[in-house]
Formats: sequence, structure tokens, C-alpha cells
Amino acid sequence: MLIIKDLKAEIEGKEILKGINLEVKPGEIHAIMGPNGSGKSTLASVLAGKEGYEVTGGEVLYEGKNLLELDPEERAGEGIFLAFQYPVEIPGVSNANFMKTAINEIRKYKGLDPVKATEFLKLMKEKAKLVELNPEMISRFVNVGFSGGEKKRNEIFQLAMLDPKLSILDETDSGLDIDALKIVGDGINKIKDGKKSFVVITHYQRLLNYIVPDFVHILYNGKIIKTGGKELALELEESGYDFIKETEKNNAV
Amino acid sequence: MKNNIDLKEKLLNDFSEFEKSLNGEINTGFHKTRKDAIKAFNELGFPTRKIEEWRFTHINQLVKNSFLPAGLFENIKIPKTNLKKYLIPKLEANLVVLVNGIFDKELSDIKENISNGFIGSLKDALKSHSDELSGLIGKIADYKKDAFTALNTAFGGDGVYISLPENTNLKYPVLILHLTGSDKEEVISQPRVIINAGKFSSSVVIEVSYTTGKKVSFLNSVTEIMLEENSKVTHYKIQNDSENSFNIGTTQVVQNANSSIESYVISWGGELIRNNFNTLFKGKDSECHMNGIYLSKRNQLIDNHTLADHAVPNCYSNELYKGIIDDNAVAVFNGKILVRQDAQKTNAYQSNKNIILSEKADINSIPQLEIFADDVKCSHGATTGQLNPDELFYLRSRGIETEKAKKILLYAFLEEVIMNIKLAPLKAYLEKMLEKKLN
Repeated sequence: MLIIKDLKAEIEGKEILKGINLEVKPGEIHAIMGPNGSGKSTLASVLAGKEGYEVTGGEVLYEGKNLLELDPEERAGEGIFLAFQYPVEIPGVSNANFMKTAINEIRKYKGLDPVKATEFLKLMKEKAKLVELNPEMISRFVNVGFSGGEKKRNEIFQLAMLDPKLSILDETDSGLDIDALKIVGDGINKIKDGKKSFVVITHYQRLLNYIVPDFVHILYNGKIIKTGGKELALELEESGYDFIKETEKNNAV
Repeated sequence: MKNNIDLKEKLLNDFSEFEKSLNGEINTGFHKTRKDAIKAFNELGFPTRKIEEWRFTHINQLVKNSFLPAGLFENIKIPKTNLKKYLIPKLEANLVVLVNGIFDKELSDIKENISNGFIGSLKDALKSHSDELSGLIGKIADYKKDAFTALNTAFGGDGVYISLPENTNLKYPVLILHLTGSDKEEVISQPRVIINAGKFSSSVVIEVSYTTGKKVSFLNSVTEIMLEENSKVTHYKIQNDSENSFNIGTTQVVQNANSSIESYVISWGGELIRNNFNTLFKGKDSECHMNGIYLSKRNQLIDNHTLADHAVPNCYSNELYKGIIDDNAVAVFNGKILVRQDAQKTNAYQSNKNIILSEKADINSIPQLEIFADDVKCSHGATTGQLNPDELFYLRSRGIETEKAKKILLYAFLEEVIMNIKLAPLKAYLEKMLEKKLN
């Protein structure tokens, strides 16, 4: 589904990603863990097509297509979704309108007719329930006045609405308390169906108690330095990132 | 080549012609005001950019036309069947239609009959309610300081009079349609709207302007609003004029104790628009909400000047004006908060936000705070910028195509003002219109 080959990217002339290799197959859940500044969010941004990042090397193939050539909206149309670390507030645009426009734009991209109003309402109710989003939030402006937890839940709600093939969760757990974490985790577990893939980017292991990854990658200093199963996350939790940093230093010497 | 005409000289000459057309009216009290006003206009002349209040607004394009005042040309006829396109769908209203400033009885449809009150032609009211009007007309908006108000007063005498006795709650809003222009002549329309809101009365007045003719036209309007104690008026001014038209107007409000006014000024048409909205707090515990949106495109110039004159203690004014400026267009926002020495416990807030879409577009945002009292809460803020890239990326990342995402954000930017409108059909009309304007 997604193949990242030796991806290098920089921001304002500073190299952040220094050769990332990763393959995600349909139905797989990959966790990418790493300390602050390791390049986790940059990777998420580059995959979603955010401006300001310059890809200086390597390639990204998504379902055989050169992903980096696509605009952000085309990537969404192809079935990629990024759950933002810092969801953006958009005063003046209601969640419902936002989602209806997004769904219809994606349908247009796929050559489909716009969704029927009744169908859309049904879908919205169903998905709000899935992530336990207060229905009142649907009519409110996108993320305006939402708590940190509500914003993250709204991201998962959007994910559920847009039904992507590949979801990238960028530190969705940050700013969440245990209850919210559980709701978000449960939501993802209900959405996954053995075909959809997820890349879960996180600093901490705790989200992975709810979303159990097939693979855990440790990103450090712009490179994936270790890959393992779900137990790697637990290992990391015990020994902390300092252990990784030490190992890296020693290797470098 | 068109000869350079001197519009001022021309209008001064037109005035004597105009006087002749008035016949018997010349002996009324109001005519003395007219004469006084033409004198003031003569002394003031058209403003130039040397005058501080007109620093960013040049009227060269305006004064080069030889506009004919109402009364000096044969007024156009608008068939009733053509009226629908100017109306607000689903809005039940007391409809008053002014064609080039002249009250049109055929087209108007005033539903409510107010005992001891009045909704209708100002010209009629000057006869039937002359005593009441003598204390209002020209007494609220000062024609001695503003050339356009002076001109309007000099050639004035028709328009709308709304008089609401104590405790009157208007069931329907008053919808005033200003239809300006002609296919034959360059015309200047100079209507006056006077709202006399009695104690404990409440009303909604909507002024909508459209251009109707092919020739260049100029709407020079004055609205005077007198709020008696505990009265409430919601006033809308919606400017839908076409290119090739000029629209200059002053709304002057006087607020007695415990009164409240909510104002919306929506400008998205015309070639040159200048709106003055001024309120004078004359009685304690009053409040004024000033809202505005403007969409300046092509070579348009839209200028909004507002003044909240806090002359007495314990009043509240709040202002939010938002604008989008594109192409070669210019916008001016000048918001003045004046807190006089006696006006303790004043709360006055002002915010002006702009989005600039083109390198050649220009905004001049000038907040002015003049505070002479010490126990007050005042704030102002002005921002000018482009569309927020984070918001744009967020929408695009959800599959929304760039141009559409931009429109959504621009719509949302102005929707922040429209969303507060309580009158549902009007809100829907404006939202639909906004969507159209952004396409």
C-alpha cells in the first residue's frame, strides 16, 4: 500500500528526515515512536503534503503512484488521512458542512455523485456515536472552543466519516486523558477492518495499549533505527529514549 | 473628450431650478433648512484628500459626472412585476420603495397601520407631521460639517419617515428599497430616512440599495435615527449597487438613556462607497453594536467611517468590521471611539479584520481612540493578512480542492458577522448573496 524508500526531507535548509525506509501493507498497523525532534511530525506532514517541507531525496509510493507528486486534496481523494497533532480551528465553518463538503469533494475525485442529504445525516450520526462525539459538536464550528481531547476525538470522527485506506495518526494521544485515550483507541479498533492500514505516530507507549501495532519502528535523528513487534514499545517504555540515544552515540563512535 | 464640468457649480445652479419645482413648498419651515444647507454646501465644497476624514478616499471619479438631482428629470417607472428581484425571499415586511429618492406609492406595501405613528413617505409626513419632524430633520445629522449631508439636505424632502409612539413593537421589519439610476440621465438620488423611535419601542429597519439604470448614478443618502429612552432599533444597510455607481451615506444616531441600536453595514457593490455611521450617546446605560462586512474587488473603493461618541457615563459600544479586498481594490476603515470627560464607566471595543487577496489590493485601517475620562474600558485591534495557510492545508488534507477551500475560508471569515443576524430570511439572503459574490 505504502512504500517509503530512502526519504530525505528538510525544512528551511535543515535536514530532518535522513533516509526513511518503511513499507505498510493493507490491514497493517505500524507504530512510529521516537523522542521529540526525531522527525515524527515531519514524516506525517510530508506524507500529507504540507507546504514548507522540501523532499531532497527518495520516493514514496502509494498504491503504485508517486505520492509526492499529488496535491494534499488528491492524496485525500486517493484515501490518505492525516489526524493532526494540532487540529486547526476554523471559525465560521460548521463541522457538518465541513464534512459534507469533504465527502462530496472526495466523491467527485472518485467520479461519484454527491451524497444524499438523508444518507449523510445518517452517516454522521452513526460515526459520531462510534467515537462518542457529542452530537451538539457536529453543528459547531470546526474545533472552535473544543477542549484538547474533543479536538482529537473530532479528528477520529473525521477519519470515520471519510473512510480512508491509510490513516496517519500524528501524536493523537498527546493531550488526552486516559478516558479520552480509550475512546479514541476503541474508535480506531471499530474502524479497522483488516484492509485499512494505520501509521500511529506517538511519543508514548500508552496509546498502543489500545491500538495494538503489528510493527513498532523507532525513529531517531531522522532515521528508523530499530524495528520490532509490539513488545518493542514496552521495552522502550521501560528503558526510555535515553537508552536509544546512548546506543546511537556508541554506534557512532 | 468630455468637458471637465464643475459639479459643485452645476449643483448650485440646479438648486434654483429645484426651488422653482417646489411651488408652494417654498414657504415651509423645512425650506429654510434647505437654503441653509445649500449655503453650507457652497462653503464646504466637495472634500479633497487634504481633509483628514477623506485622506484615503478620492472622489475624482465622482465629481467628473454631471449628475441631475431628482425633480429636474422625469423619473423612471419600475413595473411592479420587476420588483421581485430586489426583494428578500420569505421576508414579510413593510415595504417602502424609493425610486431615485422619491417615494413610490404604487410599489410600496406598508402592512402595518400604527395608531398615532407613521410609516411612509417623508414628503407626506412633512405636511402631516411637520411639528414632530421639525425637531428631527436636519437636526440629527449635521449638514454644516459634511458636504454630502448638506447636499442631501438642500435637495431633500422625500424619503421615508418612521414614527413609533411609546411601546410600539413593529411586527414586521421596514424594508426600504433604494432604487437608483436611469438609462437616460446621470442622476443623483438624495433620500432621507428618519426613524423616530419612541420610548420602549422596538423595530427593525432594512435599507437595501440597487442600481437600476445603465447610466452612472449616485446615491447620496442620509439616515437619522432618534432613539428615545428604552427604545431598540436594529438597522441594516445592504449595498448591492452595480459597477458604475456611487454610494455615499451618513447614518446618524442619537441615543437617549437605556436605548440600544444594532447596526449592520454590508457593502459589496458599487464603484465608490463611503459610509459614515455615527452614534451619539446622549443618555446613560445605552448600547450600540456596530457590525460591518465589505468585499472590495476590481477597482472598487469601500470606505467605512464610524464614530461612537461617548458623551455620558455607563454606555457600551462594540464594533466588528471585517473585509476582503481583491484585485486593484481599496478599502478604508476608520473607527473612532470618543470618550468625553464625563463618560466614566464607558465600555468601548473595536475590531477590524481584513484579508487581502492580491498584491495590488490595499487597506487603510485607522482606529482612533480619544479618551478624556479615566475610569473606562476600551480596546481596539486591527489585523490584515492573507488566508491562514494552516486552515487552508487542513481543508485540503480532507480532500477539498484548493480554490474551493479558499472560498470556504473567505465565506467563513465574513460569516462571523452575518451569523449574528437574528432575522432568519435576511440571514439566509445574505449568506446566499455572499456565496454568489465569492464565486
